[in-house]
Amino acid sequence: MKVLVEGRAQGTVLKSEMPINFLGAVDKKSGVITDRNHDLYGKSVRGAILVFPSGAGSSVGAYTIYALKSGGAAPAGMICREADLTVATGCAVAGIPLHILDPDKFASIRTGQQLLLGAD
Amino acid sequence: MHLEESEEAALAGEHGEIMQMAYRILAATGGASDAERLIPIRWAHLSGVNYNTIGGAGEEFLRSISSRGAKVRVRTTLNPMGFDADSVERYGLGDEFVSGQASIADSYGAMGVTQSFSCIPYEIFEMPRGEQIAFAESNAAIYANSFAGARTNKESAFSALASAITGKSPYSDLRREGEGATSNVTVRMSAKEPDELTYGMLGYFAGREAGGASSVDISGVSASAMDRRQCKAMCGGMGTSGTCAKFRFVEEGDRDARGSGGGSPETVEFDDDAARKVRDELDTAENGDVIALGSPQLGLWEMSDLLERLRGRSFKKRCMVFCPRAVKEQARKLDYVRGLERAGCEVLADCCTCLSPLLGSDKVDAVTTNSIKGAFYMNNASGVGVDLKPLAKILEDETE
Repeated sequence: MKVLVEGRAQGTVLKSEMPINFLGAVDKKSGVITDRNHDLYGKSVRGAILVFPSGAGSSVGAYTIYALKSGGAAPAGMICREADLTVATGCAVAGIPLHILDPDKFASIRTGQQLLLGAD
Repeated sequence: MHLEESEEAALAGEHGEIMQMAYRILAATGGASDAERLIPIRWAHLSGVNYNTIGGAGEEFLRSISSRGAKVRVRTTLNPMGFDADSVERYGLGDEFVSGQASIADSYGAMGVTQSFSCIPYEIFEMPRGEQIAFAESNAAIYANSFAGARTNKESAFSALASAITGKSPYSDLRREGEGATSNVTVRMSAKEPDELTYGMLGYFAGREAGGASSVDISGVSASAMDRRQCKAMCGGMGTSGTCAKFRFVEEGDRDARGSGGGSPETVEFDDDAARKVRDELDTAENGDVIALGSPQLGLWEMSDLLERLRGRSFKKRCMVFCPRAVKEQARKLDYVRGLERAGCEVLADCCTCLSPLLGSDKVDAVTTNSIKGAFYMNNASGVGVDLKPLAKILEDETE
């Protein structure tokens, strides 16, 4: 496990098996996934522990993560299987805890589960 | 990542809060790319310029850091914004957008950034072969690494901004001499009679197949078989779907030519069927109200080629042509702009097909384009339908 952005977060897991392009696929005001071809289409990331393989696509997605936080629609924390710069830096500027998990650990997480990030 | 004493001090806040923020971003970037140290870069290209994409939160963030004295230390250029200031009053965008956009441009200007407003820096500036750069625009990062021999991460808007402010970037695998970037998959191109739309779909497909790897191998095609439009379409498609920052053309079955770190054992076929699946995902409308060309923006050759192919015919509906201001100025002097306008085109500088409010859902229901990148963002972020076709077909169907 690797902690890219430290901090404590608690919430219900919302898990996707697909990478997320934050610029194209997430509404920055509501936190709702707008990409019709995404497995989280129509769901909101707000307050969740968002678990997904990695970010993808636009570099501007980092601003989307920051805007979600500013508008109160951000996930409480994020967990990825692979690190990418858009998610890492978006979380760093927004102050959202971000962990990278090994594939086995990642696979064992389920939507609906309660998780606490940053507990010692 | 190991930091030198002065870098540690900056991270601890001893060089002010702007530097502290920049080093925090670099620390997260270094952790994400498994880098051991920071190295100097000579050019940063920033995304996060269009008010439509970064919104009020982004505008306030930039205003805040520029008013607190943020300055760039290396040559820094900018992605497109939301409109062309020369014609913005004709498009009815509303005061909030226009003033928000102006504030963003002013903030970057105050930081010392060159206001190039272009997603194709590789066409309007000389590319420094073999040098370390930090490009945030996804198509430009992939183009720089794959065609232009420069080295960059697929930077985020914030990592490129931090690199601009510090002049440094993590020494990731993509930045190493030789073949640092690793690939886990080879995509074999076997789609028939490829045009720029096919190459855009190939890029989109390969970017997805690459998963978390920093590079992807492509076989069955070589750079010499592709024109500039096709190369750009491929980089645009790949940057949209993936996280990989680079691709390499390899000979089929040539293991040595494949990625380091054990090569790329898996081969995935991009055939006509795979192309059809990508197209079905993004081709969502029968007909566009307007034609949009330029995502990535058009360079001078594409402007000239478009004019040549029109051969005196005119578009039957509105056709918006997006290019950098540097290209529009040249094109005007060469009378390309006059020729294109005579054929019914609106030539727009400083902005681009994807995510321009000029093509928002309040303005149009559907757009005809040859851009996979544009199609993804119009479908998903702008809520606009897309009629996808190659330029040749657009010219055949939509001109008289």
